[in-house]
Amino acid sequence: MQTAIYYGLATFLTLFSFLKDKNKTKLSLRKAWKSFVNILPQLLGMISVIGIIIAYLSPQTISNLIGGSSGWLGVLSAAIVGSITLIPAFVAFPMAAILLENGAGYMQLSAFASTLTMVGLITLPLEIKFFGRKFALLRNILAFVFAFIVAFVIGRVVG
Amino acid sequence: MKILKKYLVFLLSLGVIGLSFLWDKQTAVKAVVTVGKSFKEMLFILPPIFVLLGLLDVWVPRETMVKYMGKDSGLMGSLLAFLLGSAAAGPLYVVFPIAAAFLRKGVGLFNVLIMIGAWSTTKIPMLLMEYNSLGAKFTLTRLFMNIPLIIIIALVMVLLLKEEDVQEIYKRAAKME
Repeated sequence: MQTAIYYGLATFLTLFSFLKDKNKTKLSLRKAWKSFVNILPQLLGMISVIGIIIAYLSPQTISNLIGGSSGWLGVLSAAIVGSITLIPAFVAFPMAAILLENGAGYMQLSAFASTLTMVGLITLPLEIKFFGRKFALLRNILAFVFAFIVAFVIGRVVG
Repeated sequence: MKILKKYLVFLLSLGVIGLSFLWDKQTAVKAVVTVGKSFKEMLFILPPIFVLLGLLDVWVPRETMVKYMGKDSGLMGSLLAFLLGSAAAGPLYVVFPIAAAFLRKGVGLFNVLIMIGAWSTTKIPMLLMEYNSLGAKFTLTRLFMNIPLIIIIALVMVLLLKEEDVQEIYKRAAKME
């Protein structure tokens, strides 16, 4: 749905741009291609490493890591496992649902979901490449810490 | 040789997946399926985003971006950043090149951070998936917690990053073009 909007918008604006100024349009497309090619190798590398990790971290393995899934130790383990990498949502939430069935608590799942979507060790080099070390480290550390605050509230509200 | 080095991680991972076919076929197949799916997602999402960024680069003058989303754009700039992040698709690393392009155009660091925060937590397709897997109470509680937390993270980072750090970030973004 969203992607369709992106494509529609990109097509429409490119046509519009082409009608107004052919050369500027060529320049912008060349720039688009250049930045795409620029990050492609790193993206491919990241995607494949993440794929391998997801394959080996089955929900059963994670269930074991999260432990009896109760208490703050479980929250900590969940947060750490979630921090290994940023994961696409289409993997993260189905995985969380399976963990729920396997007996993980909501508090642990909250920490897991927060760090999955916000903290990524494997994506850190890419983030550093774009924004520098201090920015990337600060952002990831803050997101990690806040995962516990959200987990605490989830524990109170959802149980 | 240079190209080989650039794709080193990718090639090594392919090697690992290839090897794991020998001793754990099931896991190897799973890895291939996940990589394929992520790859398709990337190839699907990235082209229009980069085309839009290219057009932004060429057509939108820096002054316009500064006016609407610059350091002194106020509440509207942050709201715009929040909406852009929430309307997004794709995992968080897709936002990195977008954020860099915005920095190049003079968008304020706080607003860029709000966009990154929104991208990671309040994306609409992600919320729907979360709702389907973990229920309304869980999703809504997390959402209501995450919105203020996005702002707090952005505030803390802007406070902790010194003037020279911020300049370094903008310089880096300029180099990424």
